[in-house]
Amino acid sequence: MRELMDAEAARRTLRRVAAEVVEATGGAGELGVVGIRRGGAPVAAILAEEIARAGGPTVPVGEIDIALYRDDAATALPSPKIGPSAIPFEVRGKDVLLVDDVLQTGRTIRAAIEGLLDYGRPRRIWLAVLLDRGGRELPIAADFVGKTVDAGPEVRIEVRLSDDDQPQGAFAATEEDQ
Amino acid sequence: MSDERPFPHRHLLTLDGYSREDVTQVLDTAEAFFEVSRRPVRKVPTLRGKTVLHLFYEDSTRTRTSFELAAKRLSADTLNLSVKTSSVKKGESLNDTCRTLGAMHPDIVVIRHAASGAPHYVAKKMECRVVNAGDGMHAHPTQALLDAFTIRRNKGTLEGLKVAILGDIAHSRVARSNCRLLRLFGCDVHVAGPRTLVPKHFAEAFDVTVHDRVEPALEGADVVMALRIQRERLSEALLPSLREYSRLFGLDRERLGLAEEDAIVMHPGPMNRGVEIQPDVADGPQSVILDQVEAGVATRMAVLYLLLGQGEG
Repeated sequence: MRELMDAEAARRTLRRVAAEVVEATGGAGELGVVGIRRGGAPVAAILAEEIARAGGPTVPVGEIDIALYRDDAATALPSPKIGPSAIPFEVRGKDVLLVDDVLQTGRTIRAAIEGLLDYGRPRRIWLAVLLDRGGRELPIAADFVGKTVDAGPEVRIEVRLSDDDQPQGAFAATEEDQ
Repeated sequence: MSDERPFPHRHLLTLDGYSREDVTQVLDTAEAFFEVSRRPVRKVPTLRGKTVLHLFYEDSTRTRTSFELAAKRLSADTLNLSVKTSSVKKGESLNDTCRTLGAMHPDIVVIRHAASGAPHYVAKKMECRVVNAGDGMHAHPTQALLDAFTIRRNKGTLEGLKVAILGDIAHSRVARSNCRLLRLFGCDVHVAGPRTLVPKHFAEAFDVTVHDRVEPALEGADVVMALRIQRERLSEALLPSLREYSRLFGLDRERLGLAEEDAIVMHPGPMNRGVEIQPDVADGPQSVILDQVEAGVATRMAVLYLLLGQGEG
C-alpha cells in the first residue's frame, strides 16, 4: 500500500482548494456546497469550513446520492443501497460546488449533475475533487483538483477518514497488497 | 460490501418467505424514495426503458394510482389493463392472458385479482417479475409494507409495539399481510371484531391474540388499524346492521382513549366514515391515514426498484 497523501497534506490541500474556490467565485457569496455520497460528503463538509476560514462566508452544505441516476442503474447491480439526498438550500440560481473524493471515469459526476438539476436550475455548477486519478470515460473535468495521481485501473484508491470525519490521508493499493 | 445487499426475491406475492432483513431493506429503500417525492422534480431516471404492466381484475382506484405513480416516478413505461376494457370480459382465460401479455415482454406485472393465488399462477406462467397488489382474501403485501413504513416513521421503530387491528379480519388480506409482517418484528398483535368476522384459527396461524370485543385489543395499543367493513357482509348475514357494528366495534374517541396517548390511527382506505371509524377520529390529530397514502408511493417505488434492480435474469 502506497501513501499518496498524509493527514497533514490532505488538510493543507483542502485549504488551498478552498482559497481557489473563494477566488474563482468572487468571494463565494452565492455558493452552496454539495458532496457526492458517500466519499465526497465529508470532504465537502471540510471544504465548507475551509472556505469560511479563507475569508468566504458560511456556505450551506448538502449531500447527494447518485444510485438512482447511475447509467447502469437497472442492470449492473446487486441493488446498491440508496442513501438519502439532503440539499438544505434552494439550488435555483445558486453557484453549486459539487465535491467528490476521487475523480476517475466521470460517470459519477455525470449522474450527480443530472440529480442536482432535479432540485432546480443552478446558475453554475463547479466541480472540486481531492484526487484526480485519470481514466476518464466521459468528457468531464474538475475545476479544482487537490492532487493529480497517475494510477492504472487495477489500483484502488481510498481516502481514509477518522471517526470524526477528518481526512487521515489517501492511499493506493493494488490487488497484491490485499 | 454491506451496503450492496442483493435483494433475494424475484417476486412479491406474499410476505411468506420474506425475512426481517428483506422487509427492512424495502423500508430503508423507501426512505430514499420518500425524499424523491418531495423534490421539485419528483422523478428519477432509474427504470428508464422498463415496462410495468398493471393488471387489475378488481376495481381499485388508490392502489392502482399509487402503483402507477410509483412506476412513473421511476421513469418506467406503464400500461394499465383493467377488467372493463380487457379481453377478460370476452372470456379469455388467465392462462391465455398470460401468454399474450408475455409476448409483450413486460419487466414487471402488478396484479390484483379476486381469486387468492392468481399472482402465484401468473408468476409461474410468465418470465417477468410479479407483484401482488391484492389477491382475494389472501395477501396484500405492499399494503403491509407501506403500513410498516408509516409506523416506523411515526414511532421510530416497529419493535415491541402493541398493534390493534379491528374489523372484518376474516375477509381481509390487509390483516393477513400485516399480521405476518408485524410478527417478524416482534409486535404484540391483537385482532378484534365480531365473532362472525374473526376466524378462530387466526391466533395459531399468525401467532396473534384474538378478541371478540375491541376494548381489550385497544388497551395500551401504540398503533390502531381500523379495517373497512364491506356492505356485502350484511347480505351474507355476518353482520346485523352497520349501526350495530358501529356501536359495538367502531373506532370512536372514547374507545381510542383506551390506547396509548400517542397511539396512531390507521386505515387502509377507502373509509366508511361513521361505520368502522368516526370522522373525528379519522381526521383527528392521531390519524396518519394520509401519511399512509404518501408512504404507498415511496414503498411501491422501493419494491419495483429492488425487484428489477437485481440484474438480468
